[in-house]
Amino acid sequence: MDLKTIVDTLGLEPHCCADKLTGKVTGGYMGDLLSDVMANSAKGQLWVTRQVHQNIVAVAALKELSGIIIVQGAKPDQNTMEKAQKEGVPILGSTLPAFEVVGRIYRLLENA
Amino acid sequence: MVCDAGFVDSFSVEGRAFIDAGLISSQIKKILREKGIPEEVVRKVAVVTFEAEVNIISYAEVGTISFQIAPDAITIEAVDKGPGIPDIDLALQEGYSTADDTIRDMGFGAGMGLPNIKKFSDIFEIKSEVGEGTYLKSIIRINGSP
Repeated sequence: MDLKTIVDTLGLEPHCCADKLTGKVTGGYMGDLLSDVMANSAKGQLWVTRQVHQNIVAVAALKELSGIIIVQGAKPDQNTMEKAQKEGVPILGSTLPAFEVVGRIYRLLENA
Repeated sequence: MVCDAGFVDSFSVEGRAFIDAGLISSQIKKILREKGIPEEVVRKVAVVTFEAEVNIISYAEVGTISFQIAPDAITIEAVDKGPGIPDIDLALQEGYSTADDTIRDMGFGAGMGLPNIKKFSDIFEIKSEVGEGTYLKSIIRINGSP
Protein backbone atom coordinates (compact mmCIF):
# COMPACT_ATOMS: atom_id res chain seq x y z
CA MET A 1 0.00 0.00 0.00
CA ASP A 2 1.43 3.38 -0.82
CA LEU A 3 1.94 5.98 1.86
CA LYS A 4 -0.44 8.48 0.26
CA THR A 5 -3.35 6.05 0.64
CA ILE A 6 -2.62 5.71 4.35
CA VAL A 7 -2.24 9.49 4.75
CA ASP A 8 -5.54 10.19 3.00
CA THR A 9 -7.49 7.40 4.68
CA LEU A 10 -6.32 8.28 8.18
CA GLY A 11 -6.43 12.03 7.60
CA LEU A 12 -2.80 12.49 8.61
CA GLU A 13 -1.29 15.95 8.45
CA PRO A 14 1.92 16.14 6.39
CA HIS A 15 4.47 18.14 8.41
CA CYS A 16 7.09 17.60 5.77
CA CYS A 17 7.66 16.21 2.33
CA ALA A 18 4.02 16.16 1.20
CA ASP A 19 5.37 15.59 -2.31
CA LYS A 20 7.15 12.38 -1.29
CA LEU A 21 4.26 10.18 -0.28
CA THR A 22 4.60 7.71 -3.14
CA GLY A 23 6.68 5.17 -1.21
CA LYS A 24 5.36 1.68 -0.50
CA VAL A 25 4.54 0.88 3.10
CA THR A 26 5.54 -2.68 3.94
CA GLY A 27 4.41 -2.66 7.56
CA GLY A 28 4.69 -0.61 10.70
CA TYR A 29 6.82 -0.11 13.75
CA MET A 30 5.97 1.67 16.96
CA GLY A 31 8.53 2.90 19.44
CA ASP A 32 10.07 5.89 21.17
CA LEU A 33 13.47 4.43 21.97
CA LEU A 34 15.75 5.12 19.03
CA SER A 35 18.02 2.15 19.68
CA ASP A 36 14.99 -0.13 19.65
CA VAL A 37 13.86 1.25 16.30
CA MET A 38 17.41 0.98 14.93
CA ALA A 39 17.65 -2.67 15.95
CA ASN A 40 14.16 -3.92 15.18
CA SER A 41 12.48 -1.92 12.44
CA ALA A 42 12.70 -2.88 8.78
CA LYS A 43 12.97 -1.06 5.48
CA GLY A 44 9.65 0.29 4.22
CA GLN A 45 7.91 0.30 7.59
CA LEU A 46 5.94 3.30 8.77
CA TRP A 47 7.20 4.45 12.16
CA VAL A 48 4.73 5.63 14.80
CA THR A 49 6.28 7.65 17.61
CA ARG A 50 5.82 10.47 20.09
CA GLN A 51 9.41 11.65 19.59
CA VAL A 52 9.83 15.01 17.83
CA HIS A 53 13.58 15.55 18.01
CA GLN A 54 15.58 15.66 14.78
CA ASN A 55 17.31 12.39 15.55
CA ILE A 56 14.17 10.56 14.45
CA VAL A 57 15.03 11.65 10.92
CA ALA A 58 18.50 10.12 11.11
CA VAL A 59 17.03 6.83 12.28
CA ALA A 60 14.29 6.80 9.64
CA ALA A 61 16.77 7.63 6.88
CA LEU A 62 19.30 4.99 7.98
CA LYS A 63 16.64 2.30 8.25
CA GLU A 64 14.90 3.50 5.04
CA LEU A 65 11.54 3.65 6.73
CA SER A 66 8.65 4.82 4.57
CA GLY A 67 7.85 7.69 6.93
CA ILE A 68 7.24 8.84 10.48
CA ILE A 69 3.89 9.49 12.13
CA ILE A 70 4.09 11.70 15.21
CA VAL A 71 1.10 11.10 17.45
CA GLN A 72 -1.06 12.95 19.95
CA GLY A 73 -0.86 16.22 18.10
CA ALA A 74 2.83 16.67 18.87
CA LYS A 75 4.69 18.77 16.34
CA PRO A 76 8.23 18.20 15.08
CA ASP A 77 10.54 21.08 15.86
CA GLN A 78 12.04 23.25 13.15
CA ASN A 79 15.36 21.37 13.04
CA THR A 80 13.48 18.12 12.57
CA MET A 81 11.50 19.46 9.64
CA GLU A 82 14.56 20.92 7.95
CA LYS A 83 16.45 17.67 8.33
CA ALA A 84 13.46 15.67 7.08
CA GLN A 85 13.16 17.91 4.04
CA LYS A 86 16.85 17.46 3.30
CA GLU A 87 16.72 13.67 3.73
CA GLY A 88 13.36 13.27 2.00
CA VAL A 89 11.74 11.58 5.01
CA PRO A 90 7.98 12.18 5.17
CA ILE A 91 6.80 13.27 8.61
CA LEU A 92 3.07 13.06 9.26
CA GLY A 93 0.99 14.04 12.21
CA SER A 94 -2.03 12.60 13.96
CA THR A 95 -3.99 13.94 16.89
CA LEU A 96 -4.81 10.39 17.96
CA PRO A 97 -2.85 8.38 20.50
CA ALA A 98 -0.37 5.79 19.24
CA PHE A 99 -2.58 2.81 20.07
CA GLU A 100 -5.35 4.03 17.78
CA VAL A 101 -3.05 5.09 14.96
CA VAL A 102 -1.31 1.74 14.96
CA GLY A 103 -4.62 -0.12 15.07
CA ARG A 104 -5.96 1.76 12.09
CA ILE A 105 -2.80 1.29 10.03
CA TYR A 106 -2.69 -2.41 10.93
CA ARG A 107 -6.28 -2.85 9.76
CA LEU A 108 -5.61 -0.97 6.53
CA LEU A 109 -2.56 -3.07 5.69
CA GLU A 110 -4.29 -6.34 6.62
CA ASN A 111 -7.20 -5.54 4.31
CA ALA A 112 -5.02 -4.32 1.45
CA MET B 1 32.48 -10.42 -5.28
CA VAL B 2 33.35 -7.48 -3.05
CA CYS B 3 34.78 -4.52 -4.85
CA ASP B 4 37.55 -2.37 -3.43
CA ALA B 5 38.59 -4.87 -0.77
CA GLY B 6 41.13 -3.13 1.40
CA PHE B 7 39.28 0.19 1.29
CA VAL B 8 39.70 2.13 4.54
CA ASP B 9 38.18 5.38 5.72
CA SER B 10 37.67 7.17 9.02
CA PHE B 11 35.57 9.97 10.40
CA SER B 12 35.82 12.25 13.39
CA VAL B 13 32.92 12.53 15.84
CA GLU B 14 32.50 15.43 18.24
CA GLY B 15 31.15 14.93 21.74
CA ARG B 16 27.66 16.40 22.45
CA ALA B 17 27.12 17.14 18.75
CA PHE B 18 23.65 15.58 18.82
CA ILE B 19 22.68 17.63 15.80
CA ASP B 20 25.06 15.47 13.75
CA ALA B 21 23.95 12.08 15.05
CA GLY B 22 23.69 9.67 12.15
CA LEU B 23 25.78 11.74 9.76
CA ILE B 24 28.77 9.41 9.84
CA SER B 25 26.66 6.25 9.68
CA SER B 26 24.86 7.64 6.68
CA GLN B 27 28.13 8.37 4.89
CA ILE B 28 29.51 4.93 5.64
CA LYS B 29 26.30 3.30 4.43
CA LYS B 30 26.51 5.25 1.16
CA ILE B 31 30.13 4.20 0.63
CA LEU B 32 29.39 0.54 1.29
CA ARG B 33 26.50 0.59 -1.19
CA GLU B 34 28.70 2.20 -3.83
CA LYS B 35 31.29 -0.53 -3.23
CA GLY B 36 28.73 -3.27 -3.84
CA ILE B 37 28.53 -4.61 -0.29
CA PRO B 38 25.48 -6.90 0.19
CA GLU B 39 22.41 -5.17 1.59
CA GLU B 40 22.15 -7.36 4.68
CA VAL B 41 25.71 -6.41 5.65
CA VAL B 42 25.05 -2.72 4.98
CA ARG B 43 22.04 -2.86 7.33
CA LYS B 44 24.11 -4.38 10.14
CA VAL B 45 26.91 -1.86 9.64
CA ALA B 46 24.33 0.96 9.77
CA VAL B 47 23.15 -0.17 13.21
CA VAL B 48 26.67 -0.69 14.57
CA THR B 49 28.05 2.61 13.31
CA PHE B 50 24.98 4.57 14.43
CA GLU B 51 25.17 3.23 17.96
CA ALA B 52 28.93 3.80 18.09
CA GLU B 53 28.43 7.33 16.80
CA VAL B 54 25.71 8.11 19.34
CA ASN B 55 27.82 6.71 22.17
CA ILE B 56 30.71 9.00 21.33
CA ILE B 57 28.39 11.98 20.99
CA SER B 58 26.59 11.16 24.24
CA TYR B 59 29.50 10.36 26.49
CA ALA B 60 32.88 11.31 25.05
CA GLU B 61 34.77 14.50 24.27
CA VAL B 62 35.75 13.35 20.82
CA GLY B 63 36.19 10.13 18.89
CA THR B 64 36.89 8.46 15.59
CA ILE B 65 34.97 5.85 13.68
CA SER B 66 36.88 3.99 11.01
CA PHE B 67 36.01 1.07 8.80
CA GLN B 68 37.78 -1.32 6.50
CA ILE B 69 36.41 -3.43 3.68
CA ALA B 70 37.99 -6.87 3.31
CA PRO B 71 36.82 -9.61 0.90
CA ASP B 72 35.14 -11.52 3.71
CA ALA B 73 34.19 -8.85 6.28
CA ILE B 74 33.69 -5.22 7.22
CA THR B 75 35.65 -4.11 10.27
CA ILE B 76 34.49 -1.08 12.23
CA GLU B 77 36.55 0.51 14.96
CA ALA B 78 35.41 3.28 17.26
CA VAL B 79 37.80 4.93 19.67
CA ASP B 80 37.10 7.88 21.89
CA LYS B 81 38.64 10.17 24.44
CA GLY B 82 36.25 10.29 27.34
CA PRO B 83 35.33 9.08 30.79
CA GLY B 84 35.66 5.40 29.92
CA ILE B 85 33.42 2.61 31.19
CA PRO B 86 34.06 1.40 34.76
CA ASP B 87 32.14 -1.86 34.36
CA ILE B 88 31.93 -3.19 30.83
CA ASP B 89 29.83 -6.24 31.73
CA LEU B 90 27.26 -3.94 33.30
CA ALA B 91 27.33 -1.59 30.32
CA LEU B 92 26.63 -4.55 28.03
CA GLN B 93 23.44 -5.41 29.88
CA GLU B 94 20.34 -4.32 28.00
CA GLY B 95 18.60 -1.50 29.78
CA TYR B 96 21.61 -0.34 31.78
CA SER B 97 22.38 3.30 31.00
CA THR B 98 24.19 6.27 32.51
CA ALA B 99 22.44 8.70 30.17
CA ASP B 100 21.50 12.13 31.50
CA ASP B 101 18.10 13.76 30.96
CA THR B 102 19.25 15.60 27.83
CA ILE B 103 20.15 12.33 26.19
CA ARG B 104 16.95 10.59 27.25
CA ASP B 105 14.78 13.50 26.08
CA MET B 106 16.04 12.82 22.58
CA GLY B 107 15.10 9.17 22.68
CA PHE B 108 18.58 7.88 23.38
CA GLY B 109 19.84 6.36 26.60
CA ALA B 110 17.74 3.22 26.58
CA GLY B 111 20.78 1.15 27.43
CA MET B 112 20.69 -0.71 24.12
CA GLY B 113 23.64 0.85 22.31
CA LEU B 114 26.43 -1.54 23.22
CA PRO B 115 24.11 -4.57 23.29
CA ASN B 116 22.97 -3.67 19.77
CA ILE B 117 26.55 -3.34 18.55
CA LYS B 118 27.38 -6.73 20.01
CA LYS B 119 24.20 -8.31 18.61
CA PHE B 120 24.84 -7.13 15.06
CA SER B 121 28.53 -8.06 15.07
CA ASP B 122 29.96 -11.44 14.24
CA ILE B 123 33.00 -10.59 16.35
CA PHE B 124 32.94 -7.87 18.98
CA GLU B 125 35.69 -6.51 21.20
CA ILE B 126 35.60 -3.67 23.67
CA LYS B 127 38.25 -2.17 25.94
CA SER B 128 37.99 0.84 28.16
CA GLU B 129 40.02 2.78 30.67
CA VAL B 130 38.38 5.08 33.18
CA GLY B 131 39.51 8.64 32.67
CA GLU B 132 40.95 7.83 29.23
CA GLY B 133 38.36 6.47 26.83
CA THR B 134 36.90 3.47 25.09
CA TYR B 135 37.81 1.35 22.09
CA LEU B 136 35.54 -1.07 20.33
CA LYS B 137 35.86 -3.25 17.27
CA SER B 138 33.06 -4.88 15.33
CA ILE B 139 33.59 -7.39 12.53
CA ILE B 140 30.65 -8.18 10.28
CA ARG B 141 31.11 -11.06 7.87
CA ILE B 142 30.15 -10.87 4.22
CA ASN B 143 28.33 -13.64 2.36
CA GLY B 144 28.29 -16.06 5.25
CA SER B 145 32.09 -16.24 5.44
CA PRO B 146 33.35 -18.12 8.50
